[in-house]
Amino acid sequence: MNWGEILQYALFAGSVAAMTTGLVFVLAGAIGVIRLPDFYTRMHAAGVTDTLGAELITLGLILQAQDWQTVAKLLLVGLLVFLTSPTASHAIANAAHRAGHKPRLSRFHPAHPAEAGKASGEGH
Amino acid sequence: MEWVNFVIALGVAAAMAIMLARLFAGPTLYDRVLAVNSFGTKTVLFLLVFSAIAGRQDAIDIAILYALINFVATIAILKFFRYRSLEIALAQMSLRKALDGEYEK
Amino acid sequence: MFYGVSLTAILVALWLTLSGSYTLSGDYPIVMGLGVISIVIAVALTFRMRIVDRETVPVAPAPALFGYWSWLGGEIVKANLAVTRLVMKPEIDIEPRLVRVPAQQRSGLGLCVFANSITLTPGTVTVDIEDDGFLVHALDTSFTDPAGFAEMGARADSATDGRRKEVK
Repeated sequence: MNWGEILQYALFAGSVAAMTTGLVFVLAGAIGVIRLPDFYTRMHAAGVTDTLGAELITLGLILQAQDWQTVAKLLLVGLLVFLTSPTASHAIANAAHRAGHKPRLSRFHPAHPAEAGKASGEGH
Repeated sequence: MEWVNFVIALGVAAAMAIMLARLFAGPTLYDRVLAVNSFGTKTVLFLLVFSAIAGRQDAIDIAILYALINFVATIAILKFFRYRSLEIALAQMSLRKALDGEYEK
Repeated sequence: MFYGVSLTAILVALWLTLSGSYTLSGDYPIVMGLGVISIVIAVALTFRMRIVDRETVPVAPAPALFGYWSWLGGEIVKANLAVTRLVMKPEIDIEPRLVRVPAQQRSGLGLCVFANSITLTPGTVTVDIEDDGFLVHALDTSFTDPAGFAEMGARADSATDGRRKEVK
């Protein structure tokens, strides 16, 4: 086995690790969007996928890429997502806040296991 | 080697399905906008993985376009539902506010 | 003029990256010609809009910004793990908070970078901008550490335009 093959295997292992971690974060964000009780808290869960999950999957694809043009384009996609996703999150949050949408600030904790997952009362 | 990308694509598709569920179930407008925005980000990821699976580089160009359109569409939807109009430039919103002093509650 | 030249260079690099043709033989004169036409139109339009300045073409603060991004990446990873742990618990136990974060950045770009960094870190989102700070929504009380915000604000200030006094 020469050095070229070793490098190829190392790149492949790094790519698999990065993409699997990214997929875990993407799925965690999606599950959070389903489970969390309130619009503002769901926004945090969506932010998880937008930042780390997208960047990690892009990084894994960069490690797989064959030529420089693909690497440059993937870097461009990563930069665009990195720059636009916080702006979009802030725009949604600001629009909801300006429209008078009140976040619930009480402690959210299911009192009884039978009631788990059911939002209790109108928070303020 | 190919099956890794395939598994990643399936996982991203599952996350997209969950986002669709939130899009249909979301109680408020902002939940739906958030779901659309997050769905768009996952579409970009899906296109990137698809380009690696199919070996087609032009899918990355489509992904770049989709990332930009996703951002602009989110801003446009929010602007429309806040001001009920797409005619005024955002830079002139303060002028408009001074003119009718009405749009903020 | 410096910013105009930098903007043109960035656009040329973008076109070459996306089209992938570097020679003038074969069909490529058409691609190159279209590129030259689009770049000239784009630069002319930005000059006509009078938005070519230090903030829209951030070439000068770019090296400091890359250093700041590498520090921010570590923070994003830590906050991501915390949010994932909160979401994945069998019983969700969170206490959302709205806090005011003071912002003392001396330039508009510094304020923008600070607000975007707060939003980019999972667990905290900038909801509104007030006269002397930001209104920040935090997912749990563990994300509302004033010392953390202060450190991020100081780093954002020194990474962008810490030496320049004027505020746009």
